[in-house]
Amino acid sequence: MSEAAYNFAYLDEATKRMIRRALLKGLAIPGYQVPFASREMPMPYGWGTGGVQVTAACLTPEDCLKVIDQGADDTTNAVSIRKFFERTAGVATTEHTAEASVIQTRHRIPEQALTEGQILVYQVPIPEPLRFLEPRESETRRMHALEEYGLMHVKLYEDIARHGAIATSYAYPVKVEGRYVMDPSPIPKFDNPKLGGNAAIQLFGAGREQRIYALPPYTQVVSLDFEDHPFEPSKADHDCDLCGAAQSYLDEVITDDRGGRMFICSDTDFCASRRADGLRGRLSPEEAA
Amino acid sequence: MDHAEILAGGFDDPAAQSARAFRACLEAMARPGRIQPITGAAPPAPISPAAGAVLLTLVDTTTPLYLAPSQDTQATRQWIAFHCGAPIVPAEEAAFALGAWGALQPVSRFAIGTADYPDRAATLIVEMPGATPPSARLAGPGIETCHEACLPEIAAFAANRTQFPLGFDCYFSAGSQLWALPRSTNVEAL
Repeated sequence: MSEAAYNFAYLDEATKRMIRRALLKGLAIPGYQVPFASREMPMPYGWGTGGVQVTAACLTPEDCLKVIDQGADDTTNAVSIRKFFERTAGVATTEHTAEASVIQTRHRIPEQALTEGQILVYQVPIPEPLRFLEPRESETRRMHALEEYGLMHVKLYEDIARHGAIATSYAYPVKVEGRYVMDPSPIPKFDNPKLGGNAAIQLFGAGREQRIYALPPYTQVVSLDFEDHPFEPSKADHDCDLCGAAQSYLDEVITDDRGGRMFICSDTDFCASRRADGLRGRLSPEEAA
Repeated sequence: MDHAEILAGGFDDPAAQSARAFRACLEAMARPGRIQPITGAAPPAPISPAAGAVLLTLVDTTTPLYLAPSQDTQATRQWIAFHCGAPIVPAEEAAFALGAWGALQPVSRFAIGTADYPDRAATLIVEMPGATPPSARLAGPGIETCHEACLPEIAAFAANRTQFPLGFDCYFSAGSQLWALPRSTNVEAL
């Protein structure tokens, strides 16, 4: 079947209306998980079906789409979702954060600050922050209704009792506008400070779990912590070996079987633009161009 | 009203036009009080083009609609029946409501959601005579410091805010201008 046989952005209009209504209620109640009738998409659950449906409901023909997977534009998941929307929506795509109007992401927030007019769509595997503490949906729903979040603090406290510090390093729970505790999707806690006060609209889609939630721009988002164990965003204690960045989130890459390793920016666009500007790291000497 | 008028006034290119109209709805709800242009619909009077575009974008056979007396004419009912297919219901059962602010009273009739499902609340589309002058100062999610907007009154929205996370959400339409006030916004008189 040709691409022209599909509706714009793959989903039918009735489905988009249903997703759009859920998105608007999500924005009206920041951090609350709105149930929605998630559709089967032409990719398996776990590959971003929630994010893809949210993106499909938001895209206009004029949009420029960027897709990242763990910060990288060139990984399988990112490339296939970008191609999917190139074919079914005919939208322009980019790898540059500043050029994109819609950015779909798996597990990272771009290093470059987002601006008004941009939308960040997160792929979410488990939207319920209390799920590993309480498996019953009926119970977690009631806990959110009653603002009963003591269990989450007990979990963080047990981290401290066992490890001496809060060991949760990704999917670090946050409280939105002093009301709902929310799972920020498995982003590293290094990215948590960017959730709050962000100029862009942040939308979260969980396909298998059939939930949508949202953060309007400039929303107050606080990472849960204790007075004597304050929240600390953490990263590998290195500079990027390719571009020398000291303040970006790093991936560790094993380079041989004798303990050799390098640390590189997880955000490939951020790293590439720094190198294009002539910035160099430990393992990326000046080219003799 | 003849058939041609009822059949006209929808989106010519539904997928693209409803996508653009939705982005206006999304930006409006995400940035309370900020005015968004929204076009593409030509509903029969007294429904404004902005309210018509919101109906075409969000309302369908699965969303019961309340038509306040100000907008409830044979022509508007027929236009909505053809273009949206929404069942017309009493205020208490509505997912969406359309009308002038005075005609929507008392707004305490509308669904505000339940503690378990606060999303099961009504969205009001309030027809306004104009988008100016500003009458309220807004603050809350979606607003960096504060924002001034034109609202039909203050007390009802301040009372709605105290119910958070329950409450109704509002769109305001005038001509082809759209702005919004979710339940999360703090409202005070200018």
